[in-house]
This record gives sequence, C-alpha cells and structure tokens, in this order.
Amino acid sequence: MESLDVKQKKINEDYQKYANSITPRSNIITNCIMAFLVGGLICTIGQVISNIAKNYYNMNTEEASATTSISLILIAAILTGLGLYEKIGKRAGAGSVVPITGFSNSIVSPAMEHKREGYVMGIGAKMFSIAGPVLVYGVSASVIVGLINYFFIK
Amino acid sequence: MAQNRIGGQTIVFTKNPPKITSRASIVGKKEGEGPLAEYFDKILEDDLWGEKSWEKAERRMFIETAQMILKRAQKEPSDINYLFAGDLLDQIITATFGARSLGIPYYGLYGACSSMTQTISLGAAMIDGGYADHVLCITSSHFCTAERQFRFPLEMGVQRPPTAQWTVTGAGGVLLSSSGEGPCITHATTGKVIDFGIKDANYMGAAMTPAAADTLKAHFEDTGRGPQDYDLIVTGDLAKYGRQLTIDLLKKEGYDIEDRYIDCGCEIYSEEQDVHAGASGCACSAVVLAGYLLKKMEDGELNRILIASTGALHSTISSQQGDSIPSIAHAIAIEKKG
Repeated sequence: MESLDVKQKKINEDYQKYANSITPRSNIITNCIMAFLVGGLICTIGQVISNIAKNYYNMNTEEASATTSISLILIAAILTGLGLYEKIGKRAGAGSVVPITGFSNSIVSPAMEHKREGYVMGIGAKMFSIAGPVLVYGVSASVIVGLINYFFIK
Repeated sequence: MAQNRIGGQTIVFTKNPPKITSRASIVGKKEGEGPLAEYFDKILEDDLWGEKSWEKAERRMFIETAQMILKRAQKEPSDINYLFAGDLLDQIITATFGARSLGIPYYGLYGACSSMTQTISLGAAMIDGGYADHVLCITSSHFCTAERQFRFPLEMGVQRPPTAQWTVTGAGGVLLSSSGEGPCITHATTGKVIDFGIKDANYMGAAMTPAAADTLKAHFEDTGRGPQDYDLIVTGDLAKYGRQLTIDLLKKEGYDIEDRYIDCGCEIYSEEQDVHAGASGCACSAVVLAGYLLKKMEDGELNRILIASTGALHSTISSQQGDSIPSIAHAIAIEKKG
C-alpha cells in the first residue's frame, strides 16, 4: 500500500510540474509597473486632498489625514458601485488593492453582492467577509506593537 | 449477470437505445457574443433577466429550457417519466426549484460541470432498461451565482491569472425517448474520481484533465474502439491548457486524438472576449452539446461523437482546508443511425 502511495505521489509531482510548465506566467514586470503607477497615483491624489485640507480649510495634520482617508474611501466606494473599481483592479493588481481604496472596495463589493439575502444576514453578515481578517489581524498587530512600545520603549 | 456491461466502466445500450428527440439551449449575453451564438435558442439581454436575483434568473433559464425542449417534442410535463438534473449551487437549488415548477418525477444529481453527461448516462439507462419512455436531462450554471459561491464578489478588484476560466451563463438539455427520430446514445462510460493533487482553483483545467484522460482511455479499452472510430471527441470544460494536457496524456497511453478533438471550454468564447483560458460550468458542455453538436449531427456533418463532460468536485470548505481538487468525467457515445 505504501509503495503505491509513493508511486502516486511521484505521478502527481511529475504531472503538476508538467501542467505548470505549459502555462504562461502572469507578466510580473508589467504587473509591477502598473501596480507602481496606479498605487502611486492613488497616493498622489491622497496628497492633493491632504494639501487642500491644510491650505484651504486650515486643518491641522491629524484632521487633514482623517479627511484624506474618508475622501479616498468615499471615492473608491462610489467607483465600486459604478463597477469601475474592478476594471481598475484588473489592470493595477496590488496597486489598487493595497491602498485604503482597496479596503473600501473589499467592503462595498460583498455588501452589494449579498444585498438580496436581506439587510441583516446579507449585507450585515457578509460585508466584512473579505475585510474582516484584515481588521482582526490589523487590530491584533497594533495591540502587540502598542504593548511592546509601552513596556519596553515608552 | 449484467449483460449490457463491457469492460470495467462501460455499459452498452442494446435493447432499446435511447434517442435524443428534442433539445434546447439558453445562454447569457457574453456567450451570445461568442462564435457559437447562432446555435443557441435564446440569448439573454443581461445577467438578471428582469428577475430579483441571479439565482432566480438561473432558475428561469432552467425552466424555460425545459419548456422549449417539451414544446419542440410536442410533449406535456405529464408525458415525461423522469427529470434528471443538476447545477453548481449548494444543494443544487436551481435543479430542485426547476423540478418544483415542472412537476416531473425528479432525481437531482451533483457532478459539478460533469452533470450533463452524468444525467444523460443515467437517463439513458432508465430508457434502455425499460423503466421509462421519456427522460428529460437538463443542467445549468450562471457566472454570477457561481462566482459568488466559489470565488470573490463581482465588484471586487482582483486580478485573474491566465489559467482562470469563465463560468458559462446558460442552461441546456435534451429529451431522451424510447422511440422517435434522433441520434442514439450507444454507450456510457462512467468515470472514477481522479485526483493528481492540483490545488489551484484558478487552474481547474489541470485538475480535471487526468479524469478526462482516464475516462476516455477506459472507454477505448472497454469498447475496443479508438479515436479513429469517432468523427469528433469532445471534453467538457478543460479550456486551453487542459485541452493540451489531455492530448499529451492520451498520447502517452497510445491514443492520438489531436486531429478530431475539441473542448467545449475553448469553443464558447473568442480570444477577444478576454476570458483567459476559456469557459467552464455545467452549462458549458450542455449548451455546446444541445446547441452546436446535435445541430451538426442533424445536418449530417457529424455521425458519431464521444463526449465527456468534466467536473471538479471540490467545495470552498475542502479547498480552504488545503485539500486538492478531486475530479470526474463521464463519457457518452452518440451515433446517428439509419
């Protein structure tokens, strides 16, 4: 029995290697350039919003950064609702997933998708199905860093 | 002693070979923009089709396909002895709710994208065995319902790798009858669940290919036939890379099918439609069979074909727990007689 398993394992490994060898790779260089450009563009837009908030509305740095986050989240939510964010994401990849706009997209898209299962078990329960893990581990990590800072660095 | 079995996996329909007496197919908008558009009976204007949800739209495609098949055969639901049906959704709700509307005695089957030939295999056995005169076999899938169940929400901005496939929105089916006009089902080869350890749900073609190759090989061995005995050999939804792998795997076994082989997943969309590797879903082989292949048989361009729908039998839970993708393929031989 054991030798049979070993034999099958060998067949599986050879097959997987072969199956992967005939497929084209995702184009890493193009993807990186697109991610760099789009990610950079989103951050530049954020910087513009921040500068406007500071220079024209006399906000301090903290108020300006909150305004920037809220504005970017709103823009991404509207683009998601219009079905445009997925088109950007298709080309930009990580460039539009990593910034806060990607976070907004990951909350709005399941909310839209599950609207038909009702406001509680649909939107309510499914809204954080993708962003939830990010929140859990993001908050956990910040608690740990905070504790380290409090006890050891001060 | 089972008299109608040959070899390890194949049954022959000899006493009363079932005939395909009616057929119908409905597809979504994107499929209606592809190269096979002219062969489909109805093309939806959008994915919702005026319904409140995608699930309800899929259900309506299923029911209207059934009604079209019956209308073409001039039959009422009460004339039909059995409905064999399946789809991709949890608890096969499309087939079940469809059966509720049709009121035909029903067996719901889950074979993922292998459902079309799975339902036909069992329906044909019912007729040849003398247990039924008319059996309806229908399967459906919908891009939006499958996507939300197996992958990400539609509006989520994620990139799909080159090996990803696009679930066909559509429903297709056939009516099998003990008498009447139409091509016959002559053989059915039941597949085994095969798993070569592929885990990537974005590369289903590779996961399903060993199952397809295994079933086709079993069919050739059991029947003593070879690729040269068929005008066309068809697989379900292996798509671009799976198709190549199938040719290579069978070549290793000594069967060269390349010159007479198509995969339904490569036929539905054109290159410009940007679906990456090709099509998938229960409806993939269903609409190609009911729309395109049977039309070609009617027109006399094809006389004997072998079609194996292929299914990936994983669930989101088994994938999340790190299991690989077990797969299956069932083959049926269809022949135009007289």
